[in-house]
Amino acid sequence: MNMLGSVFREVLGLFVDDGALALEIVAVVVLAGMCAKLIPDVPLAAGAILLCGCLGVLLANVAQARMDNDHTI
Amino acid sequence: MIGSLTHTGSIMTAAFLASLVEAVEALTIILAVATVRGWRPAGLGALAGLVLLVVIVVALGPLLDRVPLHLLQLVIGILLLLFGMRWLRKAILRSAGVIPLHDEAKTFATETAELRDQARRHEARLDWLAALTSFKAVLLEGLEVVFIVIALSAGRGLLGPASVGALAACLLVAGIGLVVHRPLARVPENTLKFAVGVMLSAFGVFWTGEGLGVAWPGADLAIIVFVVLFLAIGRTAVVVARRPSPEALS
Repeated sequence: MNMLGSVFREVLGLFVDDGALALEIVAVVVLAGMCAKLIPDVPLAAGAILLCGCLGVLLANVAQARMDNDHTI
Repeated sequence: MIGSLTHTGSIMTAAFLASLVEAVEALTIILAVATVRGWRPAGLGALAGLVLLVVIVVALGPLLDRVPLHLLQLVIGILLLLFGMRWLRKAILRSAGVIPLHDEAKTFATETAELRDQARRHEARLDWLAALTSFKAVLLEGLEVVFIVIALSAGRGLLGPASVGALAACLLVAGIGLVVHRPLARVPENTLKFAVGVMLSAFGVFWTGEGLGVAWPGADLAIIVFVVLFLAIGRTAVVVARRPSPEALS
């Protein structure tokens, strides 16, 4: 049971390491999905939200991790 | 034609590099087990892990064909984004010195010490524990390889090239491991993780977009643009994270 639990935790950890990053990525995808539904005539708008959102989330998350690290020190 | 070749080549490369990282990590633990208890439990554990992986792939693989393509692209795309951006974030923070680099020699020493400690406490069932450690390492690292291969190839009939890339990496690492009998501490793991994180994130954006109905300009060639953008933002993030903050300077 212990082994199964640890395998499950490790498998979950493949996708979720920093919870905030995972949530932000999902939020970007939801936003892009809403855009694709609301403005189907401009499908590239959803693509732009997805791409720019992911790049922005990455940059912001790294900057936040850096600040958290400074505060810990 | 060019787009298709680029797509196949980049999938094979991504699968090869990602599997290289995972295989090196699994090898370190198998070597630690072999050092403490010999090759028999290490080999048997690894073999059992491989058999279970094959069973998982054979059992779950055909189910993927039954999932509607757009749904499959969306789910795989989101998982690729979560997986790839997690790797990229970690590689950026390691490159910038915010978190320490992964050290195979240190992992080897830790695993060896842990097994020796277990040896003192449970001498009688140590072979079982050693085999279990080896089994778990192959299963967990192998699951990552299986996920990457399936995620990169799903819905495009590119399981062959992705599998070839992954298999080549595993055989290469196993071969080197058998010859040198030491953890492959000199493999530039963080650089590989950075590169794979960039590629998986780019594929993640592409698949998720296709799953949402986005017709990317240039079709498959758009992946190259995404790779360049993630690489540029990743390098920028390293610089941003490396620069001392005003608070730290004061």
